Formats: sequence, C-alpha cells, structure tokens
Amino acid sequence: MKRRTLLKGTLTAGVASVAAAAGLLVPQMVLAAWPKAAFTAKGVDNAVKSLMGDSSLADSSAIKIKAPAIAENGAVVNIAVATSLKSVSSISILVDKNASPLTSSFNLSSVTEPFIKTRVKVAKTSSVIAVVKSGGKLYKASREVKVTIGGCGG
Amino acid sequence: MASNTIRPRAWVDGGVTTIKMIINHPMETGIRKDKATGKKIPAHYIETVQVKHNDKVVLDALLGPAVSKNPFIQCKFKGAVKGDALKISWADSKGESDTKEVKIG
Repeated sequence: MKRRTLLKGTLTAGVASVAAAAGLLVPQMVLAAWPKAAFTAKGVDNAVKSLMGDSSLADSSAIKIKAPAIAENGAVVNIAVATSLKSVSSISILVDKNASPLTSSFNLSSVTEPFIKTRVKVAKTSSVIAVVKSGGKLYKASREVKVTIGGCGG
Repeated sequence: MASNTIRPRAWVDGGVTTIKMIINHPMETGIRKDKATGKKIPAHYIETVQVKHNDKVVLDALLGPAVSKNPFIQCKFKGAVKGDALKISWADSKGESDTKEVKIG
C-alpha cells in the first residue's frame, strides 16, 4: 500500500512538472508570433515593458514624429516616425489614451532606414509616443494629437 | 477574401527603395457594436505584415487593432535595384493571409 502511494505521488509530481514546463514554454512561443500581452496591456509603461522587457525610456530629440496637431477623424490619423539614431532595430507607435496604448511595432533589418509611416486610431485627444530601440537601448519622443471624433467606435 | 488585398508601390531613388502599401482589411477592434443588432462586432485585425527582398526580411511589422482600417504602411530600405522583386505578406487574427509580389519600379 505504501509503495502504491509513493508511486502515485511521484507520478502526479511528474505530471505537474511537465505541465509547468509546458506552461512556461507556451507563452514564449506565442510571444514570438504576436505579442498579445503587449497589445492588450493597459498603460504605456506596461505595454513597453511587455513588448521590450524593459520600460526605461530616455527622451530623445533625435526622434521626429509627424502627426496632425488636430485630427478631425480619430479613426485615421497619419503618423510618421523618423530618427537620426544609429542601428535602429525597432520603431513602436503608442497612443497614450487608447484602451490599449500599443498600436504597432515595426522590426527593422540592418538595411532598413529608421523611418515608418502608417495610420492609427486615436480614441481621444492624447499624446502619440514613438519608442525607438537603438543599439539595444530604448528612446522615446511624444507629440500631442487633438481629436474631434474618436476612432474606437462608440 | 484574401485575394488581391495588397496594393503596393515600390520605387528606388538614390539607392533607397521606398515601399508604400495599402492592405484592404476591416481591422475590427472587437469593441465596436453593430448599431442594428447591438451586438459586438468580433475582433478581426491584421497581426503581422512582412516585407521581403530576396528572401531577406526588411520589415517585420506587428500590428494591433488600433491600426486604422485598410492599413497603410510606408518604409524605406537600402540595397535593392530597379526590377528587383519584393514579397509582401500579411496574416490576421482569424488565420487569414495574403501574399503579393511587386517589382521595384
């Protein structure tokens, strides 16, 4: 009887550790494909931390954001980000007051110029933040966009 | 769906290739409600867009539902010449995808 209990005990422990290992593996695999946690995170800090693993951002005047000062239609706001920083590996665009601030993140190759232009939705008047990863460090710049009609339904 | 959804343009000027594209896609956030039924419209948005030049990835974009309907993306890269082919592909939250090749003009 004792032996059986022991066997049972080890078996359950074995199964648990396998499950734990699988549990650890799965989120990483998902992350590699599409970082859902970063795209659903609330708050700029959480989103950046979830995406980059670090939320210490240094302000940089070398990042230029081109965005309208007043956007009549928040559903379509033109945003262009360019920077003179060297060896840029990614550019991310966040909108502070959106339910989930992270809108998009662009991973650049070594031959890609540090320039991105796209269109995003802005729920209400908010600052648009560009996060640039350059030489392994994170830099940011922001710009206020006033919105007359929100871009997230409602 | 998923046929001819990508409208790209690419050209080279002074060694730098510029790519502009518009992808036809609803980019539903999952928050919006259908006014007639009052039900939420399920989320449906592009998650990844990739641009390849000679099998080398030049842009790997991660998009969220906060990117506007019919996403527009413009980027630039060095190292291509006129006549080279670029391969653009996207995949969305419902597992749909599309790929298109464009010649640099």
